[in-house]
Amino acid sequence: MLGKLTLSAIPFDVPILVGTFVGVAVVGVAVLGLITYFGKWGYLWREWLTTVDHKRLGVMYIVLALVMLFRGFADALMMRTQLAIAYNGNPGYLPPHHYDQIFSAHGTIMIFFMAMAFMTGLFNVVVPLQIGARDVAFPFLNSVSFWLTTISAVLINVSLFVGEFAQVGWLAYPPISEMQFSPGVGIDYYIWAVQLSGVGTLLTGVNFFTTILKMRAPGMGLMQMPIFTWTAFCASILILAAFPVLTVTLGCLSLDRYLGMHFFTNDGGGNVMLYLNMIWAWGHPEVYILILPAFGVFSEVVPTFSRKPLFGYATMVWATIAITFLSFIVWVHHFFTMGAGPSVNAFFGIMTMIIAVPTGVKIFNWLFTMYKGRIEFNSMMYWVLGFMVTFSIGGMTGVMLAMPAADWVLHNSLFVIAHFHNVIIGGVYFGYVTGLNYWWPKIMGYKMNETWGKRAFFFWFIGFYFAFVPLYIAGFEGMTRRLNHYDNPDWHLQMQIAEIGVLLIACGVVCQLTQIYVSIRDGKLPANRDFTGDIWNGRTLEWSIPSPPPAYNFAVIPTINGLDTFHNEKEQGLGGTDKPLEDIHMPKNTSAGVFIGVFAFLIGFGAIWYIWWLAALGLLGVMATIILRSANLDIDYYVPASEVQRDLDEHSRKLMAQAAE
Amino acid sequence: MKSKILPKLGRFALGLPALLLSGCTLDLLEPRGPIGVANRNVILLELGVMLLIVIPVIIATLIYARKYRASNTSAEYLPTWSHSTKIEVFVWGAPAIIVLALGAISAWSSFAFDPYRPLKVSDASGAPVKPVNVQVVSLDWKWLFIYPDLGIATINQLAVPVNTPIDFRLTSDAVMTSFFIPRLGSQIYAMAGMQTQLHLLASEPGDYRGEAAQYTGRGFSDMKFRTLAMTKSDFDAWVDKVKQSSDTLDSASYPKVAAPQEAAPVEYFAHVQPGLFDAVVAKYNNGTVIDKSTGKVIHMQSAMSDMQMKE
Repeated sequence: MLGKLTLSAIPFDVPILVGTFVGVAVVGVAVLGLITYFGKWGYLWREWLTTVDHKRLGVMYIVLALVMLFRGFADALMMRTQLAIAYNGNPGYLPPHHYDQIFSAHGTIMIFFMAMAFMTGLFNVVVPLQIGARDVAFPFLNSVSFWLTTISAVLINVSLFVGEFAQVGWLAYPPISEMQFSPGVGIDYYIWAVQLSGVGTLLTGVNFFTTILKMRAPGMGLMQMPIFTWTAFCASILILAAFPVLTVTLGCLSLDRYLGMHFFTNDGGGNVMLYLNMIWAWGHPEVYILILPAFGVFSEVVPTFSRKPLFGYATMVWATIAITFLSFIVWVHHFFTMGAGPSVNAFFGIMTMIIAVPTGVKIFNWLFTMYKGRIEFNSMMYWVLGFMVTFSIGGMTGVMLAMPAADWVLHNSLFVIAHFHNVIIGGVYFGYVTGLNYWWPKIMGYKMNETWGKRAFFFWFIGFYFAFVPLYIAGFEGMTRRLNHYDNPDWHLQMQIAEIGVLLIACGVVCQLTQIYVSIRDGKLPANRDFTGDIWNGRTLEWSIPSPPPAYNFAVIPTINGLDTFHNEKEQGLGGTDKPLEDIHMPKNTSAGVFIGVFAFLIGFGAIWYIWWLAALGLLGVMATIILRSANLDIDYYVPASEVQRDLDEHSRKLMAQAAE
Repeated sequence: MKSKILPKLGRFALGLPALLLSGCTLDLLEPRGPIGVANRNVILLELGVMLLIVIPVIIATLIYARKYRASNTSAEYLPTWSHSTKIEVFVWGAPAIIVLALGAISAWSSFAFDPYRPLKVSDASGAPVKPVNVQVVSLDWKWLFIYPDLGIATINQLAVPVNTPIDFRLTSDAVMTSFFIPRLGSQIYAMAGMQTQLHLLASEPGDYRGEAAQYTGRGFSDMKFRTLAMTKSDFDAWVDKVKQSSDTLDSASYPKVAAPQEAAPVEYFAHVQPGLFDAVVAKYNNGTVIDKSTGKVIHMQSAMSDMQMKE
């Protein structure tokens, strides 16, 4: 009846987990209680959970990303603390069984549920506004993507308290991830969480690819698109090409595990290197899926606050396209040590290095955008400068690893860990946080707190160097990744310094949460509020509409006649439109996305625990929801022109009131 | 106040790397063999080439950010300037030249130091030194070293004579992992059913750490071995010591030796059944193994392939 699930699957014997569970339960009950107390269930359900509005989905994605950041960071803190003490016979406080789950969960959560969710959140918030669209191409599909991502995040966190998580690292290399070596449910949690969220991500790719190609405002050719939209477009192309590979790879692993097949087993003609090739054929494009939108954020923020157009727009676009293409022909650099011939190694080494050219070009372009500008130093420009310095170093260590003869000694060492955190924290994370600060006023109608933003930056920036420079050095001292304990005094010193670093970063995380809290608390203060919709004196279309934008975004779809049209018209005192208002066609909210998510969760949970009736129920539920949704013709409505006019009048009244203050 | 703190911070920042490194052994920068020296030189060479561009970029970032700050109204401001062909040529050209140089180093070093390429060393009289063959089997969670020419084997201890090429053949009888001796240089994967090769040489006597560089599960952290590099006479004495062991390794005792074990102690086997390594490989290939030197497929005797049945 319950498959493999028994009471013994609940880890009562691990105090850390029991404590965590109590904490999560208390917070959860408190949140639910507050919602009930304030009678907000109806509001939450109607306005948020069932929404198809890209802006609200974007906000929910970012909330999910921040919660998952907290979870992933807690893992990081535990790992660093274990390694700071587990020296010379001291086993530390995390036995391998627990520790190995933590490093596997840290990577999986940070990539799939923190970074990917944050990125998708920014896409949702920004892309339709930047191209003058009223929503994405497939609003309902967007809701399905969000719910698949969310339930996968829930699924991976359920593994904390029911059963166990994978103990094989975030990419689940076989043969250790095969049934022979890992018979537990941990890998199955990994497979199903990643598979279900992968479907969500693939649908997101479809959605934004179509939106950007088909829904741009009249006059906006591809070479008039803002750079962030360009990077979202290239990232969508990468998602479309790469995520099916991930699905197939994990599908093959599932067939091995569930049906006893031999794709990647040691025996029966399986080949572990087939898995490595396949997973990295997805995995390397994946890191560019994450970094390209971060580059996009910087390409918006640097010109805005340098008060100058972006230097070399066309170059930036072509560099982005070059990276998109090259990212598919470098994957073997993740395993130069498998014993491939020198020709193969040399080819992939050189291809990897070539990616450094368009990436270097981008750094130069931001540099020359600042050159002869009037740079306004706010917390966003702090993150930008922190990024440019840190990412240059991270890029350099990446090229070092691209050299096969160097990689043969650096592979799998802490040098690799330091490198990819250098580019993911210093590039992806700094970029997304910059984006959050930059577009927050657009969504909320008021800006974020600067003081706490700067504090967060300094703790993250300094903490990063304390945490990861020692790891670079430990890599040179021959320390491999994923160790649980060790007896080398040289390593011990580095691990202790890295512990200081992670504590500094912890202060950074606390500052960021405080920044969000203080920003919301002080949101009504006149100094923070913005009714103009253009708080930064921006260059792109999202700043031409009120903050927060109405559900339909644009009262009248603007006409574009070149790059930075909005900014140029503003300079010339033009703007506005003579076009008459029309009724606006909008999608209706729907609960189908929520139900598909919940039923998909049942599929995953049932399959993990071999509770087949539950999985079948989930599958039937998903199918029934899709059929019902398809049969429903009442999915849209019109906002009458009179209501749009009322919104416009209301907006001008607010503007005048603010001007009078 | 500020002016006093900043120089102190500066001094601290400069002193920090020195503090981090004082008294530590940076294994990769202090290799004890020609392959390790090659790895190190390649790393330092490419680091040097890249710093040529990375340091100026970082400095320029900081200088421009300071110079063109909004409060500095004396700096030139070009509010619409966004294109310069000269600069565009430079921003594509400069990284391209660096990458061209690195690409050449990459191609050359991939061939010159290919782990599959045998090392050639001559003794004092100019005659080539005969390499020592070692067959490595990675197990859960220990290393089995077979010396096929000497007929001995060990667990978690690898002894090698100095200035003698060591020809490794590697496989796994458990999960996949990576065989790595940081101070001797390049690592290579050990995979079940497959054979890889690695050629190393120790140029100085010493006791070097050897490790599994790829995560292998529960016992991973203790899956390590010592590499004892010794003079020829010490090595011969070590071989004799191993030969005095009462244990032997054959298809009957192998399953017990190969059983999963955490933090396994060093063990010596005075005698090894010939062809054991091939049998371990063959066990995952329907009883066949490819002789890498001739390319021929060998069918292992049924007695040897019995090993897999006993597990």
